[in-house]
Amino acid sequence: MSTRTVLHEADIARALTRISHEILESNRGPDNLVLLGIPTRGVTLAERISRILGEISGETIPAGALDVTMYRDDLHRNPTRTPRPTQIPSGGIDGKVVVLVDDVLFSGRSIRAALDAIQDIGRPATVRLATLVDRGHRELPIRPDFVGKNLPSARDERVRVRLAEVDGEDAVTIEGE
Amino acid sequence: MRHLLDTKNLGREDALRILDVAEDMADAQQREVKKLPALRGKTVVNLFFEDSTRTRISFEAAAKRLSADVINFSAKGSSVSKGESLQDTAQTLQAMGADAVVMRHGASGAPRTLATSGWITAGVVNAGDGTHEHPTQALLDAYTMRKRRYGADSRGRDLAGYRVTIVGDILHSRVARSNLWLLNTLGAEVTLISPPTLIPQDVTAWPARIGYDLDEAIAGGPDALMMLRIQQERMNAAYFPTEREYSRTWGLDAARLAALPPDSIVMHPGPMNRGLEISADAADSARSTVLEQVANGVSVRMAVLYLLLAGERNEKEDAR
Repeated sequence: MSTRTVLHEADIARALTRISHEILESNRGPDNLVLLGIPTRGVTLAERISRILGEISGETIPAGALDVTMYRDDLHRNPTRTPRPTQIPSGGIDGKVVVLVDDVLFSGRSIRAALDAIQDIGRPATVRLATLVDRGHRELPIRPDFVGKNLPSARDERVRVRLAEVDGEDAVTIEGE
Repeated sequence: MRHLLDTKNLGREDALRILDVAEDMADAQQREVKKLPALRGKTVVNLFFEDSTRTRISFEAAAKRLSADVINFSAKGSSVSKGESLQDTAQTLQAMGADAVVMRHGASGAPRTLATSGWITAGVVNAGDGTHEHPTQALLDAYTMRKRRYGADSRGRDLAGYRVTIVGDILHSRVARSNLWLLNTLGAEVTLISPPTLIPQDVTAWPARIGYDLDEAIAGGPDALMMLRIQQERMNAAYFPTEREYSRTWGLDAARLAALPPDSIVMHPGPMNRGLEISADAADSARSTVLEQVANGVSVRMAVLYLLLAGERNEKEDAR
């Protein structure tokens, strides 16, 4: 078992700054943007991106949380998962450009669940996907729009994102044989 | 969690988990699409041997909002009135593929018999058994108290130091018993006020203060005052001289309502006997939580059904 750190604090900060610029570029400005993080670490990342977007554009970009537990396709195959709170910013998501934020993109099944969850909350104009790490091995036709780092990995390796707000430090590690 | 049979054996962690998940369920009830897909393909049977409207429809709404299929079975006009035993009824439900059975029965302990019998593999939720327990009512009451006290900041909190006074027919009340155990687990202080004839003979083992004077209890400034229904159907002995006398001594009238501290709440599990245990003034006042309790009941029952049914069946848990 070996653990190696692939992104350090400064790398994560740079990646998030780049993602923020790319979001503004593709949206042609900060108008209509809403960030929705997928718990737990996606929410933290969405808050950080919202802060960076605010610094760059001078506008407040709302960030919220979207829990996908009850929409998962593996709900009945695992011990009962406790849902996390969903917090939709007060302006809602109807007609907005929603950017989903997740820490690691793997099979794509969480994102499928997130798309179902969004559909029950409102009808955004566009949904985009930002992820800090894309480790490959997609099982569904889902592709991220904004990626912090492409990290080719073996299927049985574990990729962990650790963030100061939740874990006390910033790091992305990969554990393998 | 495999079954929900009582609150006496419900640990603090499990109780808080149900209340916290109920918060998420309540949030989902504010959305445009209120239905969640979590229990798609599951079947919930409402097995009611006693009359009930509100509890049954509350469980039905809860199951349907989680996308489960609901079968309602009431004993009246069914095979049970033809003399079918509980075992045969249960095995019939098992053969139909029930994943959960929500059971109300006139006999205390009937849900436990069903859960431990081996007749069915479904999870069992006690929806009121005799004078024993009514756990989801206690959970929705605790949820309502917590919500009124902490608002949006309720998640993860218990009711430490919260003072609850329960008034009325304690002897026959499964609501009072379930509340007593759960509130004690959550750290609240419980006072029971009742006519001496309507309190069980030996309550020394109950974690509650017992009193007979409602005015004294109100002067103590409880955070929540819970008025129990006088269950006419169980009043088969002379527990009190007349309804008027009961109402005068133990009913919540306008004067007693005014004597309550401004931020304390008035609760009632329903259905209310207006003019008997609770006056119209009290029932319709802004501090009455009666309708909130009904709305919260759906969220809490959704949480219970979700926690019972959503996960994979754990064999270790099954063995318990």
